[in-house]
Amino acid sequence: MSVEVIPQETGQAATKNGSLLSVENLHVWYELRRFGFGHAGYVKAVDNVSFELQRGEAVAVVGESGCGKSTLMKTILGLVRPTKGDVVFEGESVTSLSARRLQWYRSQVGYVQQDPYGALPPFMSVRRILMEPLIINRFPKDQRLERINKVMEEVKMTPVGDFMTKFPHMLSGGQQQRVVIARAMVLEPRFIVADEPVSMLDASVRVEILRLLRSLQATHNLAVIYITHDLSTVRYFSERIFVMYAGKLVEKCKVDELLRNPRHPYTHALLEASPDPDPHNLLTFKEVPPGEPPNLIKPPPACRFHPRCRHFMKDLCDVQDPPDFEVEPGHFVACWLYK
Amino acid sequence: MSAATAPTGDSKLLRVEDLALHFSTTRGVVQAVDEVSFDLDYNEAIVILGESGCGKTSLARAILRLLPRNTALYSGKVYLEGIETMALSDEEFRRDVRWVKMSLVPQAAMNSLNPVLKVGDQVAEPMIEHYNVKKGEALDQAARMFQHVGVPVEFMRRYAFELSGGMRQRVALAMALVTAPRLVVLDEPTSALDVLTQANIFNTLKRIKQELQISFILITHDIATSSELADRVVVMYAGQIVEVGNSSTVFVEPLHPYSRKLLASVPRLRATQDPDFIPGHPPSLLNPPQGCRFADRCPSRFDRCAEEPPVFGGGRSQVKCWLYA
Repeated sequence: MSVEVIPQETGQAATKNGSLLSVENLHVWYELRRFGFGHAGYVKAVDNVSFELQRGEAVAVVGESGCGKSTLMKTILGLVRPTKGDVVFEGESVTSLSARRLQWYRSQVGYVQQDPYGALPPFMSVRRILMEPLIINRFPKDQRLERINKVMEEVKMTPVGDFMTKFPHMLSGGQQQRVVIARAMVLEPRFIVADEPVSMLDASVRVEILRLLRSLQATHNLAVIYITHDLSTVRYFSERIFVMYAGKLVEKCKVDELLRNPRHPYTHALLEASPDPDPHNLLTFKEVPPGEPPNLIKPPPACRFHPRCRHFMKDLCDVQDPPDFEVEPGHFVACWLYK
Repeated sequence: MSAATAPTGDSKLLRVEDLALHFSTTRGVVQAVDEVSFDLDYNEAIVILGESGCGKTSLARAILRLLPRNTALYSGKVYLEGIETMALSDEEFRRDVRWVKMSLVPQAAMNSLNPVLKVGDQVAEPMIEHYNVKKGEALDQAARMFQHVGVPVEFMRRYAFELSGGMRQRVALAMALVTAPRLVVLDEPTSALDVLTQANIFNTLKRIKQELQISFILITHDIATSSELADRVVVMYAGQIVEVGNSSTVFVEPLHPYSRKLLASVPRLRATQDPDFIPGHPPSLLNPPQGCRFADRCPSRFDRCAEEPPVFGGGRSQVKCWLYA
């Protein structure tokens, strides 16, 4: 690329088998306090999560609200410190970076927020919004405008001049989300975390934004973590998918494989509950597992899905934590059915 | 305006004729709902589909006469069980229609519950207000509704914050059902909920529709989940209804170019073709274009589109497009 981002040495040796980011046995527990002090247990938001992300790879993390996907994302962004385990970016542990290196790390990671209007400062023009990261990261002054123009073209906010002086409230939802993406891209990051980037947008715009993210990913060899609860959009976006339930990844595999051949009972339920527009839906009732996702302060022992599971096996599912079983090459399921 | 006499033998639960609702703002008059007509049978669910800002929520408000202060124009006719509701005084409407014959589950209903009242008391309140019954009797009725919507009866003693989002949504639904109305308007009932909770709520709605013989107007932009409940589909664009039809036809073979584009933009789990987006933006409702409002973005536009198309077809299948002239 023509523009150098912060002339600093990139990380030392890459992580094992050359992945860009690896998450190792990550635990994030929030401590609960009684009356402001006095320990009252933990919220186990992320519990023993491990995965690797290759350069230029898109993965989706799918789960319901409260399953810990946002905490996982915040930990990867370095906003939350893990209780145990580590996030390793290009061989460096993100959790033990110095303030200076942390700033470098954040220039390497773009963040696309869920609600574009809430994510953009209302009193800044588009130009100022995109300028801010460049100023903070001491990007050469004379190249800033050029860089902003380029990134605006990349997110297809053209003619660029028309949008530069606009304020967020003057833009439509889709345009606001483009500005958010442009801001995430302006420092030419190595990977992007997109937290439900289209859930606040209309159906007709959603696909447009997903395609945009997808093409940016391909042209810049970006790695993307796409966090969502909507299975139907995953197919058009990522290669691999992680299904998260109550703080754990229960199934990890290729997207096609998951849609064709879901293994974990929870994944089954999710797929079954996601409708397509089809008049036949009117005639049938969906099969939904009973109950609700567990309280993460006192989650069920062992497999956290067992109280809602159709295939519950007594003295196994409620006693022993299921490890990841590799049912097919690259398809991991944390369920005793596949032992 | 004609008197509120019922056209006798009206077989429709609801008939909306040329309903218009305009708001005055500092920048001019917003034509949020523009001459909209449709009808609804007994025990039928109709879904109003459209993108944000197309006037679907305003349409619901116009039917329920929940008008904001800056209303500039409110005209047309709404017949509910043969009664012309717009001819009633505000007090008559409040006493005899709203929450007696039709009720509303508002958008983000789960956050609209009163935080300092027990949810059971809240559900019982419309009974006390409208039917003047004793509190104990109202609570009994509320308990029956809790069973219908699938919330354990012991939850009646809890406060809203002690319930999950799905449970709160069910409570809001129970509150809309407690007075046994014929018609319930659901404004985006599940848009803030998870997939499994969503599926659960729609199962409940289907069951209630059978058990209580209720009609629903479902307002949503989520096309996929709307197919779970809708017998009939109304597609709105820029304040106007562009297509009405049975769900078995609209979801499979929509007629209006906008409906076609809208359905093609839905990402699907079980289909092979890629979704497509609609280029451009809907027009501003401050000064909507003459002629067909979708013409700018329409792939099949032709000369006649400069003129406003009338509604072609009638009864259960209508389309507002010159292609069907």
